[in-house]
Amino acid sequence: MTMLTAILSSTIVVAVCLLYATVGEIFSQRAGVMNLGLEGIMLVGAVFGYIVDCKTQNLMLSILAAAAVGLGVGVAYAFLTVTLMADQTVCGLALLTFGTGLAGFFGKAYTNIPANHQFQALAIPGLSKIPIIGPVLFNQNILVYIMYLIIPAAMYYIYHTRYGLLLRSLGENPGALDATGYNVFAMRYGYVMFGCMMTTISGAYLSLAYTNLWNENMVNGMGWIACALVIFGSWNPLKSVFGALLFGGVSVLANYFQLLLPTVPSQFMKMLPYLLTVIVLILTTGSFRKKYVDVPAALTVPYDRENR
Amino acid sequence: MKSKFVVVRRDHTSIGLRIGYILLFVLLAMVFCSIFMISLGFNPLTVYFKMFKSAFGSYNGWTKSILQGVPLMICGLGVSIAFKMNLNNIGAEGQYAVGAIAAAGFALFGPKLPAVLEILVMIVLAIAAGCLWALLAAIPKAFWGVNETIVTLMLNYVALLLMDYLCYGPWKDAGGLNLPYTANIDESARMPMFFNGSISSAFILAVVMAVIMYLFFKYTTTGYQVSVIKNSLNAARYAGINVKKNILIVMGISGALAGLTGAAQVSSVTYRLQPSLPAGAGYTAIIIAYLSKFNPLIVILVSIFFGGLEKGAYGVQSMGVPSQVATMIRGAILIFVIASDFFTEYRIRRIKADVKD
Repeated sequence: MTMLTAILSSTIVVAVCLLYATVGEIFSQRAGVMNLGLEGIMLVGAVFGYIVDCKTQNLMLSILAAAAVGLGVGVAYAFLTVTLMADQTVCGLALLTFGTGLAGFFGKAYTNIPANHQFQALAIPGLSKIPIIGPVLFNQNILVYIMYLIIPAAMYYIYHTRYGLLLRSLGENPGALDATGYNVFAMRYGYVMFGCMMTTISGAYLSLAYTNLWNENMVNGMGWIACALVIFGSWNPLKSVFGALLFGGVSVLANYFQLLLPTVPSQFMKMLPYLLTVIVLILTTGSFRKKYVDVPAALTVPYDRENR
Repeated sequence: MKSKFVVVRRDHTSIGLRIGYILLFVLLAMVFCSIFMISLGFNPLTVYFKMFKSAFGSYNGWTKSILQGVPLMICGLGVSIAFKMNLNNIGAEGQYAVGAIAAAGFALFGPKLPAVLEILVMIVLAIAAGCLWALLAAIPKAFWGVNETIVTLMLNYVALLLMDYLCYGPWKDAGGLNLPYTANIDESARMPMFFNGSISSAFILAVVMAVIMYLFFKYTTTGYQVSVIKNSLNAARYAGINVKKNILIVMGISGALAGLTGAAQVSSVTYRLQPSLPAGAGYTAIIIAYLSKFNPLIVILVSIFFGGLEKGAYGVQSMGVPSQVATMIRGAILIFVIASDFFTEYRIRRIKADVKD
């Protein structure tokens, strides 16, 4: 029983890390801007959150610092893709490389030093006493609880508010919004910045609430898995939760299998989340499926007023 | 009189202007990176000077930079073929890894053959392995439209883990120092070096291939079809070009070249298989492909530059500068060159506004 609780509880921890980046990217892509640099941006968030934590011992300040860096990265990315209308695939890869280099450059001195200060689990009185569900869902760190609020809020925002309607139009038909008098460029800047901010928070979460140390390989594909989760969840935050739980579960199980089946080389276990991503991506987005997948029509298309 | 700025598309851009802008923006990227160097307490002028001196300041530096650039060249050629057709093959790293595994596996455990034949078989196996690895992503793309960017990337992790497994597990050299390396390959499996070991045959191979590719895109039907597909998928379909077949061929060739890189590196540099052998070359190759606008001949030049950057980063490690400085500069250069594209395609004009908005 304790092992089951431990597995489920770690699954939530990993899933929430993925979800911060995924939800941010859903907003960015809904606005029509794809960002493939998540992996690098997470690393930047992880390193700056970590450094601030080492210097100030203040976790909230660390998260805020990571978020602020994220907004800065977002401005740069929006400038390239929205203002300069550059190719989003190449820009994403550029940001990935630069982010990886920048994080490695600043993080060199902090490599593999355990954090002396990290997010602790806070048991919610009453709720955490429920068998199994209690310790799994209600004995987590504060960032997990915040994610419990973000998901319904994001769903409500996207599907039930006027701003959500505008956001969806932004990714489907920005020309129509422009004609109605909305500032397409400003809105896209805002959502891209939000997406990058959530991604750096996801990185800071990784270094301060999950691994509790920093090294340059720590993100290890999680940013890319978050990109894939956006597609699996067909740009819907709630659906992406199921994907995140699945991936969180598989990567946690891969660690436990190592204990249970020591004869199977660990490398094969570590392959599981990546192979699963490939298989699920084929199964959910392959054109042999009849079901309509809700891809924002203007995704990756820069908005050019001249060619409206 | 009020005036405002408007953005106007240029009718045409001269080569000189394009090159001028690229050089200007590369310089800006270096200035941008120097902000970060200063914030860690390094003098950027000293760092850049030392990097340049270490990479291109001597004959020895040049040969090392070229040697460092060879895998980038071959991978860069492979990636540019795919990107030329709008196929985002970001899996060169993994295709490189499986190529290296195939080549090293044959050299270590295959039948012993005479020198030239042995190397040829290694190359063929590496090409086949890289090609198959790329097809794993190309087939779902061609038949079901599955996003190849994410699939090729995920397969990188799988290939590198496979390589790790072999190096730490069954292929580990029992006579070694308990390090995760295989044994060294025989002399007969090593590519010859020229000019006192300063120029590898892999470099010559890369240059020959770049020339062949250049001619292929300029003069053959398939080469032309690839460019049509890039420009418009619908135009290609109306013209009766088989898009599926071309996706498979192009991704296959792209992976084959990355796989070949693995054979070249095992056979001319490392002489063994070791964990994370590709060392990011597959990712740098993407940047090189983009910067050279997919022109094979320019890929060679840009690769030497990036090889030098890598060499230079080792050179400044003694000053305490983290070697990640190379990755940072590479990323910044790409970001700034992307931005420069805007200025080569558009011009910003100042006009007098006499009509109110």
